[in-house]
Amino acid sequence: MRARVLIRPKAGILDPQGEAVERALPALGFAGVADVHVGRLVELDVEDPAQLQSMCERLLANPLVEDYEIQLLDGSG
Amino acid sequence: MKFGVLQFPGSCDEVDALDAARRVADAELIWHGERDLRGADAIVVPGGFSYGDYLRAGAIARFAPAMESVIEFARSGGLVLGICNGFQVLCEAHLLPGALLGNASLRFTFRQVHLDVVQPDTAFTRACGPGPRASRETGKAGGDRTGDGPRIRLSIPAKHSWGRYYADESTLDELERNGQVVLRYAPGENFNGSLRDIAGVRNEAGNVFGLMPHPEHAVEALIGGSTDGLCIFQSMRIAVEEGAVRA
Repeated sequence: MRARVLIRPKAGILDPQGEAVERALPALGFAGVADVHVGRLVELDVEDPAQLQSMCERLLANPLVEDYEIQLLDGSG
Repeated sequence: MKFGVLQFPGSCDEVDALDAARRVADAELIWHGERDLRGADAIVVPGGFSYGDYLRAGAIARFAPAMESVIEFARSGGLVLGICNGFQVLCEAHLLPGALLGNASLRFTFRQVHLDVVQPDTAFTRACGPGPRASRETGKAGGDRTGDGPRIRLSIPAKHSWGRYYADESTLDELERNGQVVLRYAPGENFNGSLRDIAGVRNEAGNVFGLMPHPEHAVEALIGGSTDGLCIFQSMRIAVEEGAVRA
């Protein structure tokens, strides 16, 4: 099964990457951009999707500072 | 007394750590793939970019065979020092509370920093008191936080992109209450945005300590201008000689 894990900085934690992107976009002429956050994307094939949560807790994310969201993709994704 | 200094693929400060440790005791390198800590009395997890810092700094190194032994060693009371990337590894391994996030500036920064030793009686700082290697300052230069003792200030270098110490508010309060905040950046020196100016923390038991700045780079006046880092290694030697667990 193809799976996708989205990892984001937890709400309320300073996200300097997001802030830098938020400042850069208007500099390129894109107006009306707010609340930008930068995270990480992991895509993987897994035989047992039930293990994904444990993978996230132990390695893919640091639950202390990051939230994660698991998406199961249809077919080959 | 012998220090074991871990070496991961991507470590870059292990040789300086080895040299610093050898100024106060015996020391040898331990490759990340080994489980045998070779009778070391204390472990140093050095700086660098273990496993390329892929995913998150320290996230993969924390599962190295040598780290499994270090975790066991720490849980049985052995002394473990984590410097920079080593600090990140110890946080990822849950041997220390909190996490290291990207510098608020988003910049890699390399500079000499002044650190206030706010807990001078730990296994890692007891030799940092008044003497030729550290200057004691009086007054309230470092603020007047509850629990901070007399001012002992160290000058050692820091160099990192991911050094902003973070823990949630209740954890930070608990660290302060337990005296686990060992080092703070002196006023005006907190260049990475660490919460509550925290530069180094210990675990509750007091046998594991991590800091972002590099004491191993401040042991030779000729090349660093400061030997203030040596007292960290001397403290560990004293602690071991007073009775700590052997690997």
